[in-house]
Amino acid sequence: MFRSVNTLLAGCDERLRRYATARVRQVHVAAVRLASISSRAAISVLTVAAVSVAATPVNLGRLATPAEIKAWDIDVRPDFAGLPAGSGTVARGQEVWESKCENCHGAFGESNEVFTPIIGHTTKDDIRTGHVAALRSGTVPQRTTLMKLSELSVLWDYINRAMPWNAPKSLSTDDVYAVVAYILNLAGVVPNDYVLSEKNMQATHNLLPNRNGKTREHGLWELGAKPDVQGSVCMTNCAPKVTISSHLPDFARNAHGDISAQNRMLGGLRGADTLRPAPTEFVTLAARVNKVATGPASAASGATDPAKLAAQHACLACHGIANKIVGPAFIDVHKKYAAQKSDAAKLLVVRIKSGGSGAWGSIPMPAQDHVPDADIRAIAEWIAAGKFQ
Amino acid sequence: MSLTRFGRLQKAPEFFLTRDAMSLPRDDRRTFLRKAFAAASAASIVAAAPRAFAQAGALGDPAILNLPAHSKGLGQPVAARPYGLPSKYEENLQRRESPGLTRVGAASVSFAPLQGFFGIITPSGLHFERHHQGWWDIDPAQHRFMINGLVKNPKVYTMDDLMRMPSVSRMHFLECGANTGMEWGNVAVPTVQYTHGMLSCCEFTGVPLKWLLDDCGIDMKKAKFILAEGADGSSMTRTINLSNAMDDVMVAYGMNGEMLRPENGYPLRLVVPGVQGVSWVKYLRRIEVGDMPYATKDETLHYVDLMPDGQHRQYSSIQEVKSVITSPSGGQVLVDKGFFNITGIAWSGRGKIRKVDVSVDGGKNWKVARLETPILDKCLTRFNLDWIWDGADAILMARATDSTGQVQATISEMRKVRGTRSIYHNNAIQSWLVSANGEVSNVQIG
Repeated sequence: MFRSVNTLLAGCDERLRRYATARVRQVHVAAVRLASISSRAAISVLTVAAVSVAATPVNLGRLATPAEIKAWDIDVRPDFAGLPAGSGTVARGQEVWESKCENCHGAFGESNEVFTPIIGHTTKDDIRTGHVAALRSGTVPQRTTLMKLSELSVLWDYINRAMPWNAPKSLSTDDVYAVVAYILNLAGVVPNDYVLSEKNMQATHNLLPNRNGKTREHGLWELGAKPDVQGSVCMTNCAPKVTISSHLPDFARNAHGDISAQNRMLGGLRGADTLRPAPTEFVTLAARVNKVATGPASAASGATDPAKLAAQHACLACHGIANKIVGPAFIDVHKKYAAQKSDAAKLLVVRIKSGGSGAWGSIPMPAQDHVPDADIRAIAEWIAAGKFQ
Repeated sequence: MSLTRFGRLQKAPEFFLTRDAMSLPRDDRRTFLRKAFAAASAASIVAAAPRAFAQAGALGDPAILNLPAHSKGLGQPVAARPYGLPSKYEENLQRRESPGLTRVGAASVSFAPLQGFFGIITPSGLHFERHHQGWWDIDPAQHRFMINGLVKNPKVYTMDDLMRMPSVSRMHFLECGANTGMEWGNVAVPTVQYTHGMLSCCEFTGVPLKWLLDDCGIDMKKAKFILAEGADGSSMTRTINLSNAMDDVMVAYGMNGEMLRPENGYPLRLVVPGVQGVSWVKYLRRIEVGDMPYATKDETLHYVDLMPDGQHRQYSSIQEVKSVITSPSGGQVLVDKGFFNITGIAWSGRGKIRKVDVSVDGGKNWKVARLETPILDKCLTRFNLDWIWDGADAILMARATDSTGQVQATISEMRKVRGTRSIYHNNAIQSWLVSANGEVSNVQIG
């Protein structure tokens, strides 16, 4: 049946043939009848049919084999459907942890260096109630994984599918059980001699400190659900008094780098030069441009302004001039090296070019070898000199 | 009122000049121009014109009088850049990370420079990025897409299979559930790139998921949810309602007329219109049809909204009605007093944008902004309103209403219901303070 239509349309546009194949059940009777008339007529009828008939792709793809489904269908549901049989001890979990997890998550799952902490701020009483009290009180600024964990299945599923960070899906089934057991032991949920297996996952889930801390009572999931917040439609005299309750503090002016380098240089607006303090009064752009054009030759008209280079190459995304962001403040770099080394600029060139870690904490600085040598040298000399204006 | 005035053509100031005026020295001319312009224009738009003349010499503007190299030489040949690039003068507009937000680049986000965008389509190279375990450039010939679970025939499709099928193309916004999340408690970041830049809008091309589920013989009696899963290291998983899946969800390979970019899931991603970006699983390898939500990592540990009572809202997915003024916006400086086009974008995960109101006085009074077409379902809509800056402090705000009648709320109204610790789903009205010094900054009201 498919073949007869394909033969019929052999000389037609490929796209039409695809439509025809897709809708063969609905249109083949008409098409066969038209075969004796003319191919042009057939095309027009089929095109109309394609618009009016629901599309059902036919004959593409193939059945998945059981082995293929097994290879990919690794998800574990909250009812533990999909969980493979196996077991792991807290002791084995500690071994795996120390070799594969600890460098990112810390010896006790407490590290806040690379990822947010896994362990902390859950209590024995939380295990009893299934609600983490610190979530209600708001006394903890940052939530740990255990404070949020409402299903044990996800801890198993996620470690199995995505951990370790740089070698996902490399842990054996038993080692996944072991790591889950170790994390729960660190959190004080299970004792040191605990053996976690598919048989006691549900019982272990029932000990999670925040197993009851979840709700689906909100309007943000089901289509057509009722929203929980509705704004005002008032158009005039809506607010008797306007009070600014929050704004960025002055010291954060440069926290996101030079904003003037993040805006288009055309139109009615420019980016603010956040390398300098906010202007005290309004100056038009024309006046600013005139000042530069008529003023004495200065750094602004020079070929390399290292501050601009530092912004251009996104150095300022991680380093503030006077404040630590991800990396150290340039002032601190200046103090550390200029005060101690005679050839600070040369050393900084190497540091910038090849990156490194350890000098300022464990967060590494990536190599910047894509930055032109001349620019690196200018930036290094600028930092070494320490004259940041 | 401003809408009608906007439509009237204003003559360029040059046409008001007499021969005498042309010979006046620059500063005198400026004064003269102001007077002539004000007298000639009943709308009394002030001070926007003189800038071009500020650079002019006695005879006129050197940019006109001295022919530039590009008018006197031979330009570049075709295909000098076989894949085109933006002008070198546009390089300030880049995707950027928010310093200190994340600590590992492979599990981070880069924000789109909304302050520089026009219209509603996001250029592919500036689409925001969010990766959970790094991005890949996957060989499409080796990519497979599987559907299994509650279906009669679990199937595997190659990219060739999917791209042979009848396709649909639709424009939709894609917003991270955490967009504007840093601002729940207080102002935290300076510009619209960082407050709202986890937002993009593209035309996507692909196959409606419904067709594929039908092709596999979905068991509509038992099926209630689907799980979408990626092929990358994190093998991202998210549960999606069957009602969404059978409605407008798409398995997409095309974006803005070309294949998806690697950072956006090349060669295949899920498109879940109106729903937060994390559900638009990239490098899509599998859909499982099931009868219960899957409680995956990104619906139990992340993308959960902490409420004042200590409960986490799970599966909060719909991106509700929202708008933001992109220009003038935080971190910008007004070049002069006078006329400005207030422009921005509005969107809703529940449908179309019906109306956008703009206030320039901190929410005391509002005017209806002009909506640009097209106005599409679950898609960005561009709005504009003309405004004269008189040099005094002003607080600019936009407030959208969607086709379901939901009105965007203030941050105070949001906090009354959802507290300050939600992180996710902050669709509050954004306020920008235009200070007398000409700088625009991010503020919260009330």
